[in-house]
Amino acid sequence: MPEFKDELDKLRAALRDATPAPDEASKEAALRVAEKNFANLQGSATAVRPTDINPERAGFLKGLGQMFMKPNLKPMMLATSSLVIVGVGTVLVTRQPAPPIQPATVVEKVVAEPPAPASPAVADMEADDATTGRLMSRSSGVKRMKLDEAPAPISGARQPAPQAMAESTQSIATNGAFRDRLPQPQIAQSRDQFPDATPNPLKVTSEEPVSTFSIDVDTASYSWLRSSLSRGQLPDPKSVRVEELVNYFPYAYPVPVGDVPFQQTVTVSETPWNPDTQLMHIAIQGAQVTERPPLNLVFLLDTSGSMQDANKLPLLVQSFRLMLGQLRPEDEVAIVTYAGSAGTVLEPTKASERRKIEDALLRLSAGGSTAGGEGLRAAYALADQMSRDGEVSRVLLATDGDFNVGMQSNAELKGFVEQKRKSGTYLSVFGFGRGNVNDALMQTLAQNGNGQAAYIDTLAEAQKVLVDQLSGAMFTIAQDVKIQVEFNPATVAEYRLIGYETRALKREDFNNDKVDAGEIGAGHTVTALYEVTPVGSDAVLTDPLRFGTVAADGNTSDLAFLRLRYKEPGATQSKLLEEVVPVGSGDAGSEAAFSAAIAGFGQLLRGNTALGEWGYSDAIALANANKGNDEFGYRAEAVKLMRLAQSLSQN
Amino acid sequence: MRPTITMRMKTSDEALAQAASDGDSEAFGLLVRRHYDRLFRLSWRLTGHKADAEDLTHDILAALPAKLRGFRSDAKFTTWLYRVTLNAATDCARKAQRRVKARDGWGQDYTRRAAEAAETAQAQDWLTNAMRALPAELRETVALTLGEDLTQAQAAEVMGLSEGTIAWRMSEVKRHLREMATEEAR
Repeated sequence: MPEFKDELDKLRAALRDATPAPDEASKEAALRVAEKNFANLQGSATAVRPTDINPERAGFLKGLGQMFMKPNLKPMMLATSSLVIVGVGTVLVTRQPAPPIQPATVVEKVVAEPPAPASPAVADMEADDATTGRLMSRSSGVKRMKLDEAPAPISGARQPAPQAMAESTQSIATNGAFRDRLPQPQIAQSRDQFPDATPNPLKVTSEEPVSTFSIDVDTASYSWLRSSLSRGQLPDPKSVRVEELVNYFPYAYPVPVGDVPFQQTVTVSETPWNPDTQLMHIAIQGAQVTERPPLNLVFLLDTSGSMQDANKLPLLVQSFRLMLGQLRPEDEVAIVTYAGSAGTVLEPTKASERRKIEDALLRLSAGGSTAGGEGLRAAYALADQMSRDGEVSRVLLATDGDFNVGMQSNAELKGFVEQKRKSGTYLSVFGFGRGNVNDALMQTLAQNGNGQAAYIDTLAEAQKVLVDQLSGAMFTIAQDVKIQVEFNPATVAEYRLIGYETRALKREDFNNDKVDAGEIGAGHTVTALYEVTPVGSDAVLTDPLRFGTVAADGNTSDLAFLRLRYKEPGATQSKLLEEVVPVGSGDAGSEAAFSAAIAGFGQLLRGNTALGEWGYSDAIALANANKGNDEFGYRAEAVKLMRLAQSLSQN
Repeated sequence: MRPTITMRMKTSDEALAQAASDGDSEAFGLLVRRHYDRLFRLSWRLTGHKADAEDLTHDILAALPAKLRGFRSDAKFTTWLYRVTLNAATDCARKAQRRVKARDGWGQDYTRRAAEAAETAQAQDWLTNAMRALPAELRETVALTLGEDLTQAQAAEVMGLSEGTIAWRMSEVKRHLREMATEEAR
């Protein structure tokens, strides 16, 4: 990298180098439209005429409308836009036929209306925007164009009936994700966002004997995977987090005795996909809570326009209603929505007044754009107001996307959540719907808010997260749980942590109580897997260093040393647990074997090459053989998904 | 005599804009062709995504005929155009956050970034991080001063701010970048 005078210089160079060349086709299209509009503006074309603009391109009109209508606070801008508004009132911009996806009723009305002063259109467009929100795609721009040209005297007249609006949004949605112009084949259409994380690399024990990570009880990745596979698509490899797949399932691990919050169990067995390596399986079983303190829950619900799909707001309302049944009379619930502006829909209400809460939930409707930052502030303010000593306060955020109004950057949002966590209010994040999920932000928020990130794609998933495992999601029994494993270079040549890529910690962070880590909820099980290559195994991939330090001889009876740190809820000082893992491979037991099958499945989806010939059929066989009790049918479902993935991967 | 196209190749932006605003379609055509690339570059620097930049440019151009009536030839055309662009980018972002992440651009659209494989070089990552770390108004300022090579005075004129504000903003940008560098080093 060349030397730069200063940071600004570097930024200048980077900006210059990265700017792509304009696309000729887009350029021509834009220029043509500009010229056509120019011609129309001269009054040469007053009749409706066909254009070459396909519906998805019609968004430019929206931009046009916005430029006219949006007052800008900067004084100079005000000057320009007021000039333009004057112009709009007197000049016909253009006339265009309705795109096919616009419901005919709406458009006809618009076209038929006589010209009127521009100003009513401003209000009308704002209203329009608020209702359809961000789902409003390019096609809606056409309607706005009409507004510019022939604003209606009565805004209500053009406002479509709710059904019509729903229909129009629906058709936009189904014609859907085509934000991209035609000649852009490589650009994926979805705006779902996932954090980048390359799989954990193989570590050589003599070089790096210590591995440190935070536990992860999120399950979002599994539900995401299920929803992808059910739609007949292999999931984006980046969306697959192996540890979240593994931790989706409840396991019957040995339960803690006495007053420790959890019990850890380590087993070593043969790796299913490689007979020459071993799988070290770390199992943590959290204690069940018998007496729980009262809960204060603030539902922070995204009711922006895009939430009106059946798998979003309606599912959300259903899901939260399911959960109400699990609450006790003394628990309190409040509801805050965010869309355009944040609002408190339900003041803190005792769970015993279930009717009132349900009514509030059922009244929710989608509309407006997302003002997440503001909503989050309002929700925390309510939570503060509700919380009393000994009670547990939690904000439950349900959304289909990210926030980008209000707090400016993800870092700022994260800092806010983190600060609130310290004051004792936690945050859990529930994702709904597809096409717009910001998985990366969900992860960040939940991780920093001492909460769980779950993705709810079906009512059954809501049942699992909010009913069957509610106490785990709501009651933290140990927080900042960190795992550190030191491998013995005399017995372990190489090792690899499977999953937990987004949860890696630095070695020194283990003893630093200020460093945040994952939480264990009541009854949660957490599983971590290492693939370990013993010294002398055929599977050792690296050659020993010629001049390196000779591996310490002597202790050949220990495989590894496990350290665990956790804090009691609310404590600032961590406690340490230690355990020696002896050399020797045994039978994993069906719980560990099932987790290995899922870990293998996840790695297959990520395209991990360490698995060799081991494929979906092997994962299916292993999972099938170790279904165990499977009271809720989760494991059977996993096998179904594996078979789906197998078929899809053969296409 | 009507000026020929060749003659007009040398005509100033301002004169072309004036002619266009008086209804000369040829002048308008020349003007937009002359400025498309500049407009696109600035749009890209404001949004951080090629598709978004194309959309934004398209929107601005489509609206330009009407907007041009607000153009006064006592201002420099490019200054005016920059202003229009910033304004449009801000509006688009505010109104249709989902569609164009222009002002709140440089979002972490991983899927798309992966697809635009050529762009995900290390430098680009640094750039993306750097731009994302900046608040919107600093990003705009950077796009004008570093991206378009405007002087602080010119940028101030475009944004309707004092030169001192731009100078201060650039020092803020520097501070952000330094912070980023120290964080990276950790």
